[in-house]
Amino acid sequence: MPNKDRLEKKVAGKEMPMDGKMPAGKPKMKKGMLKRLIVMLFRFYPVLLPVIVFCIIFSSIISSVPAVFMQNIIAVIEEHVNTGDWSTAKGEIFTWVLYLGFFYLLSLVSVFVSSQLGAILTQGFLKKIRGKMFDGMQSLPIKYFDSHGHGDIMSYYTNDVDTLRQLVSQSLPNLITSAVSVTTVFTIMLSFSIWMAFIVVAGVVVMTFVTKTIGGSSAKFFVRQQKAVGRTEGFIEEMMNGQKVVKVFCHEKQSGADFDVINDALYEDAKKANQYANMLMPILNNIGNVLYVVVALAGGLFLLSDVPNVSLSGEAFSISIIVPFLNMTKQFTGNISQVSQQINSIIMGLAGAERIFDLIDQQPEVDDGYVTLVNAVVAPDGTITESEKRTGTWAWKHPHQADGSVTYTLLRGDVRLNEVDFGYEEDKMVLHNVSVFAEPGQKVAFVGATGAGKTTITNLINRFYDIADGKIRYDGININKIKKADLRRSLGIVLQETNLFTGTVMENIRYGKLDATDEECIAAAKLAGADDFITRLPKGYETELSGNGANLSQGQRQLLAIARAAVADPPVMILDEATSSIDTRTEAIVQKGMDSLMEGRTVFVIAHRLSTVKNSDVIMVLDHGHIIERGNHEKLIAEKGTYYRLYTGAFELE
Amino acid sequence: MISMLKKLMGCVREYKKVSILTPILMIGEVAMESLLPFVIAKLVGQIEAGCEFSVIVKHGLILFAMACVSMFFGGLAGITGSKASCGFAKNLRHDLYYRIQEYSFENIDKFSASSLVTRLTTDVANVQMSYMMLIRIAIRSPLMFISAILMAFIMGGKMALMFVVVVPILGFGLFTVAKKAMPLFRSVFRKYDNLNASIQENVKGMRVVKSFVREEYEKKKFNRAAEDVCMDFTKAERIVAINGPLMQFCLYANMMLVLSFGSYLVISSKGSSMGVGQLSAMITYGFMVLSSLMMLSMIFVMLTISAESAERIVEVLEEKPSLTNPENPVYEVKDGSVVFENVNFKYAKTADRFALSDIDLTIKSGETVGILGGTGSSKTTLIQLISRLYDVTDGSVKVGGVDVRDYDLEALRNQVAVVLQKNVLFSGTIKENLRWGNAEATDEEIMEACRLSQASEFIESFPEKYDTYIEQGGANVSGGQKQRLCIARALLKKPKILILDDSTSAVDTRTDALIRKSFREFIPETTKIIIAQRVSSVQDADKIIIMDKGRIMAVGTHEELLASNEIYQEVYTSQNKGGDDDAE
Repeated sequence: MPNKDRLEKKVAGKEMPMDGKMPAGKPKMKKGMLKRLIVMLFRFYPVLLPVIVFCIIFSSIISSVPAVFMQNIIAVIEEHVNTGDWSTAKGEIFTWVLYLGFFYLLSLVSVFVSSQLGAILTQGFLKKIRGKMFDGMQSLPIKYFDSHGHGDIMSYYTNDVDTLRQLVSQSLPNLITSAVSVTTVFTIMLSFSIWMAFIVVAGVVVMTFVTKTIGGSSAKFFVRQQKAVGRTEGFIEEMMNGQKVVKVFCHEKQSGADFDVINDALYEDAKKANQYANMLMPILNNIGNVLYVVVALAGGLFLLSDVPNVSLSGEAFSISIIVPFLNMTKQFTGNISQVSQQINSIIMGLAGAERIFDLIDQQPEVDDGYVTLVNAVVAPDGTITESEKRTGTWAWKHPHQADGSVTYTLLRGDVRLNEVDFGYEEDKMVLHNVSVFAEPGQKVAFVGATGAGKTTITNLINRFYDIADGKIRYDGININKIKKADLRRSLGIVLQETNLFTGTVMENIRYGKLDATDEECIAAAKLAGADDFITRLPKGYETELSGNGANLSQGQRQLLAIARAAVADPPVMILDEATSSIDTRTEAIVQKGMDSLMEGRTVFVIAHRLSTVKNSDVIMVLDHGHIIERGNHEKLIAEKGTYYRLYTGAFELE
Repeated sequence: MISMLKKLMGCVREYKKVSILTPILMIGEVAMESLLPFVIAKLVGQIEAGCEFSVIVKHGLILFAMACVSMFFGGLAGITGSKASCGFAKNLRHDLYYRIQEYSFENIDKFSASSLVTRLTTDVANVQMSYMMLIRIAIRSPLMFISAILMAFIMGGKMALMFVVVVPILGFGLFTVAKKAMPLFRSVFRKYDNLNASIQENVKGMRVVKSFVREEYEKKKFNRAAEDVCMDFTKAERIVAINGPLMQFCLYANMMLVLSFGSYLVISSKGSSMGVGQLSAMITYGFMVLSSLMMLSMIFVMLTISAESAERIVEVLEEKPSLTNPENPVYEVKDGSVVFENVNFKYAKTADRFALSDIDLTIKSGETVGILGGTGSSKTTLIQLISRLYDVTDGSVKVGGVDVRDYDLEALRNQVAVVLQKNVLFSGTIKENLRWGNAEATDEEIMEACRLSQASEFIESFPEKYDTYIEQGGANVSGGQKQRLCIARALLKKPKILILDDSTSAVDTRTDALIRKSFREFIPETTKIIIAQRVSSVQDADKIIIMDKGRIMAVGTHEELLASNEIYQEVYTSQNKGGDDDAE
């Protein structure tokens, strides 16, 4: 189930960074991914990115340096504490404090700059990557959408972009800060005392070990929790959608009991997962504390026992070294536990980046067509010339590569399928040797069970899919030579599952022809028989539709979809179960509109209801990808074959 | 707000103990953590003074013990905290789910399945997270704040007064930032949701987009919306990004103050009123005070964000089921007769249009009644009143001579079986699905019901027969098969009234006729009410009801209606004309 996968991702994305302390597991750092991400960031922001990184590094170095000043100040104190002479110490101390202040100021400025620029960069980057994803997605072939769950595609935009945001805005900067701080602090530590620095290193080893152990268990239970959440969500979704059936069958108690079982299991897994995650932080913190104590002890010991200090600066042990060292220990361990918390969201962020890149990298729909659709003027002698303006007459412009000449063919709507074979998968053909001839103005109907291949034929005519064998010609031109956009512009399609877009009714109709006037849209609605119900809507044509027109009935949505196709005014129309949700009586009423809509156009009709197809010029009966009967209604009835049995109701259509 | 919290807290129940224990354990952890710098300051003081080795060891052991205690408390609080929050979430889900089970159709219509799913999942997860923060960090931060200030005063005396300067600055700054950013975030989250909704629309409608060659148009539309979201988001995040530098500014100011004043105190008192160790501890306390303040402001933001989730959850919990059992319910349904008396009905009290008006109707026990009418003629509404899925607005509906509002709901619905138009099979075997009708049904009874509904033939053709697994929503059976299974499921109730709401639309006419035949032969005493689109499905009924725009236009037999009713004639001819002409 795509839904569950999505949910698991969602949970992973949502809960872990919040609870923080997550599992390291095996950090499978996808180095290539990280590199690509950084390169991309750099491409988008060649100036901003280096500035930000510089600021982050600069401020984290600076914020580690004050330990040095502190050491100096304490040394001054040490020097004067016995005399109690403040006035002589004053000058020196204030100088150091001012130096400190100066560094702090620099740090503040760079933190301010990097955080402000960071906000701009993060959001800008997310916008650009969303745009890239969306633009790329528009050019993908229909096959991609047929073979990927919509929930999965959506999760690229929601969960994966969210984890990427976490990565770019938090984890990566934090990682840089921590890494720089740890290095600087450690260098200063070494310069103070190598012995004591070793103690800190030992502590870090322990912390890493603990993170690995506890984090590992936590990761294991988090995976289990995600599965449990997926299960629960699946159950909830199914039951909420069937809640009315539950009521009708008085199944409430049983349904509640079933839910309790699943809910309790989720609780057990969630509890364990969170327990480990929650424990990590206090444990790491207190290891930090213990380390602090150990350092203090060791410092005291060294001081008392007069062990010679080994340090880069060559200074001897003194209280002025130990006190700042203690502060640095805190800083050091703090940074280490920061990193331990970031690892998880980095892994998740990179996994999200991988999925996003996967979408961006998809092969776009190939279009080798070179025949285009142009406005045309037909001279009295029959010659066709191209026109800049909209003339209402269209022609196919066909450049010939061989001699560089151009011929024009009038757009008429003659569609012929010649011995076409096709399969969605190469080894599984769903259409066999299908030939269909539709002359301009003819109405051709397809009848057959679900899976017989009716919709597949229409998918081939507008090249959502390409045929395996045979030929399809449009006005005598092989459709492979026609530019896909122009081919599709010459075909109007109304599908069974209507998709409307958020916006007004008028905008939805205008979708068929973006420059249509209000009058044109209303005329199209009238033609489709939709005007009647639209004018009865609270705001008529300006009524806002949302959620795929949730406030309309299925039948009304279909009428709108027909109006949308009508305003486009294409010479060829494909009606795929376009009136299936309109009851027979309403259908009879809109029939007149439909008839005038179809007049003068080549129309392909797919319908479950035979009354819809009865008046077609040709009816094709499809069975398992073969055309088994063809002819008009009278002929097929007389043949007393499958169509006859369907028509008399002796046969079940699925 | 308070009643909302009360309602939510009511779901803590058996996890009250751990919920209270967690903050108490946190107190232990905080106490130890804030005492640590104090003891260390002492130790440093001792070292400075050049003490004995044993003193250092003693202090070291004390410190080590304190860290262990702190770790113990903190770790334990982690365990109890997760138990409390996960348990709380479990109870929330339980209460929500059980409350929804009590919902009537009206309640279910009000929320929509998908919004109920969100409330049960995402919203509960948000509240769970906040709860965990609340009992752990929201206790920890103020405690830390108070104890650190306390310790600072104990140790630094007057010097701690500088917190009086620094804390309000930071507090005010954080508060202003949160206040400014909150409404921005709220609105930008909504915009962000809309953006995602429009992506979803695009993905779902990709065939339409491509058919009309609207890729470029969609890209432009998307980029406009994305730009908008980006700008607002940047604005909000830039405000929040002030927090970091602000916090650092206060921290640095604090450090500089501590160092200058501290040095003065140490030197001028010759180390008697303050030592270097204390000086360093003051810096640590300063850090603790300010970071806990920062944490608090973050929690504040988090809580306000999840308050919306909490609101949505409470909304479900507080929704009163619009149908309840009467006080002294009737448990026995005498027969299958149905009477509508002057019934008017509208779905919402505020609706200005009645869905049903002036319905008077008498159906005798054992009759077969057909209902015909166009979309929106309220056929479904009519039959839903019989099993009291909704209550009438005026008038009354009687089943077996008793007002449906006087029956025990379960008793009534067990006798009035409805096969809904939007029917659902659940994931599970065929047998499991059918047993919804009667949990104790024997295999023989199940097979019998399937024979009546003409389902046994295709079930037997499956390799696993009655144990065939049905996928969610019945995705692996065809529409007609699904409908026949749903009819069998209803038949297993052995109801006195059986209602089919367009339940054979995907079944071919021959099978449809066989189903009706077996109804006639095997369950003659059951009242059968059939809503259909096809005239042939109701043609042989005892009476046919013609509905239009929420009113009964005519009642009669096929012959009577064909002779007198215009709508019936129209429907009949539209479905039969061709056949009569050609199918000789």
